[in-house]
Amino acid sequence: MEENHIVEVENLYMYFPVTAGILRRRVADVKAVDGLNFFIKKGETLGLVGESGCGKTTTGRCILQLYEGIKGKVSFDGVDLTNLKKEQMRRMRRNMQLIFQDPFASLDPRMTAGEIIGEPLKVHRLARGKEYKEQVEELFRMVELEPYMANRYPHEFSGGQRQRIGIARALAVRPKFVVCDEPVSALDVSIQAQIITLLERLREELGLTYLFIAHDLSVVRNISDRVAVMYLGKIVEITDSDELYANPLHPYTIALLSAVPIPDPQVDRTRQRIILKGDVPSPINPPSGCRFHPRCQMAIDICKQKEPELKLVGKEHWVSCHLVKPQAGTSDLSAAR
Amino acid sequence: MATLAKDEIILEMKNLRTYFYTQEGELKAVDGLSYYVRKGESVGLVGESACGKSVSALSILRLIPYPPGIIVGGEIIFQGKDLLKSTEEEMRHIRGNSIAMVFQEPTTSLNPVLTVRRQISETLELHRHMNKEESFQETIRLLKLVGIPDAERRANDYPFQFSGGMQQRIMIAMGLSCNPALLICDEPTTALDVTVQAQLLEIIDDLRAKFGTAVITITHNLGIVARYVDRVNVMYAGRMVETARTEDLYANPLHPYTMGLLASVPRLDVSRKKSLRVIKGLPPNLSRLPPGCAFQPRCDYAMPICEKEYPPLEKVGEEHYRACFAEVSKLQKQQK
Repeated sequence: MEENHIVEVENLYMYFPVTAGILRRRVADVKAVDGLNFFIKKGETLGLVGESGCGKTTTGRCILQLYEGIKGKVSFDGVDLTNLKKEQMRRMRRNMQLIFQDPFASLDPRMTAGEIIGEPLKVHRLARGKEYKEQVEELFRMVELEPYMANRYPHEFSGGQRQRIGIARALAVRPKFVVCDEPVSALDVSIQAQIITLLERLREELGLTYLFIAHDLSVVRNISDRVAVMYLGKIVEITDSDELYANPLHPYTIALLSAVPIPDPQVDRTRQRIILKGDVPSPINPPSGCRFHPRCQMAIDICKQKEPELKLVGKEHWVSCHLVKPQAGTSDLSAAR
Repeated sequence: MATLAKDEIILEMKNLRTYFYTQEGELKAVDGLSYYVRKGESVGLVGESACGKSVSALSILRLIPYPPGIIVGGEIIFQGKDLLKSTEEEMRHIRGNSIAMVFQEPTTSLNPVLTVRRQISETLELHRHMNKEESFQETIRLLKLVGIPDAERRANDYPFQFSGGMQQRIMIAMGLSCNPALLICDEPTTALDVTVQAQLLEIIDDLRAKFGTAVITITHNLGIVARYVDRVNVMYAGRMVETARTEDLYANPLHPYTMGLLASVPRLDVSRKKSLRVIKGLPPNLSRLPPGCAFQPRCDYAMPICEKEYPPLEKVGEEHYRACFAEVSKLQKQQK
């Protein structure tokens, strides 16, 4: 493990069984995560994008070891999480937290905001008495809420305020690493900007590392240092955020970027639009060879037969596509763009 | 674009007021809203949750649930006739026929116990008086038009057998079944992935060009507006704060709310080194609106007068109006 990597993922697989009949026989697998290799550097924000069902949420939860039956190796701060006993893992989780998408469903409606934010402190026995009270107050202030709100229940808060409570709860145990799973997609535009700015400020102040999962590419570009693009359980491209937008190499990334309209008619008019045909295939029975080939405009024969590997094609730029030549950093595709 | 003749306007809303009476008191969801739509034009209604954009659209179709909601005043002139004075019988002939609507969530808008064929052909038989065979052929044609593969076979499937994107295509096919003069799309792609969103919005845009259907798109996504809309109405707390042609609005926004909205959206073409400008505070609670301008507590340009009076809509350019007391030159200087 390299020293500046906080998370390393090797050959990660997560299959969910599909059962049938009264005996619940396993008849197929949903291949939600199908062989991932990547790392997250200390202090960076890694964005994870892709369409619904591509396995981004599953990836985040696999890193936190929230499933049974994960295959592959996940290391955190040099510790191999896959071999840890339950109790060891529980203590380990103090260092890694999760922020959820839906601020309405992820807070217990019968607990006050103060209890919600303070609960992790109690569970991990981090503070008691006066110290506990002070820490909860400080957490409120950290996410720009007023401590006097501690006695209110979740329904008394707006969506954006609830998301702040979720963030404070995650940060209560002073984690090093936070998985943010679509933290702003349920919020209004002006509130979205407030939460993004808050997350960014907290990362700087507390030296956090984020895995930022989102389907909105504009949001991901704004907050991430590097971005990984997923398609049907695989990473198809991973590189620096500016590089990805300036020089996308995988045909799926190119199509995905072109589908996002830019809020400026003059700029947007000049962009090429690629409209992908059809829907994402089922992860139970993914296409042979390259999983993207049935929808790819560039597909050639080899794409149907052989699965491309994730190759280094430029400075910290990995792509899995037969048409992208290794190391050169250019491809037959850049001409087409 | 030359000034267009008055008769090309197919829908004109004048001073619409739709209120809701709840335990919290009177909620002015739409409070004095006026806008118009021309034949074949794509108009956007933009704003955050609870700004009244959906309520104004539902008012056009007179689908406001009563109680608690009631249209207390105004006029909605559609093809020369005031919809608010029409009888329920007349409205039934208009809904789904000359004005159609595509809702945000296809899963809850489609009837789960009827086949797709049945749901589309019902409209055709009712409004276009087709017989079984004709309506079947037309249903297949519509499904192909919106890009459903293997339409003949899939027409007999139930909604749950389709993906979200496919369901929304079916909603669009249904909306277009009677060649409406006006199609209202309420957040048509919010629940969908970007690639599917692009597919659907292209379909709607093609149909608009082909059949001259006017489209009202309700959205909070400023990217969609930039790409698919001719003219934008920006709403805040039940009122129009600014309206302009899309190009004008993005190049020269003249209401602090529009300016804030545009500056607070993350953009695909802007690096993270440039941070977002945030609109402070929360969207207003309609039951406790501040006096004067509703945006004034969050506004950087607020003056004493803003707390006393509501600014009237003033003309600031060709088809460009805004409701704000701040000086135009001051706002423009700020953006430089």
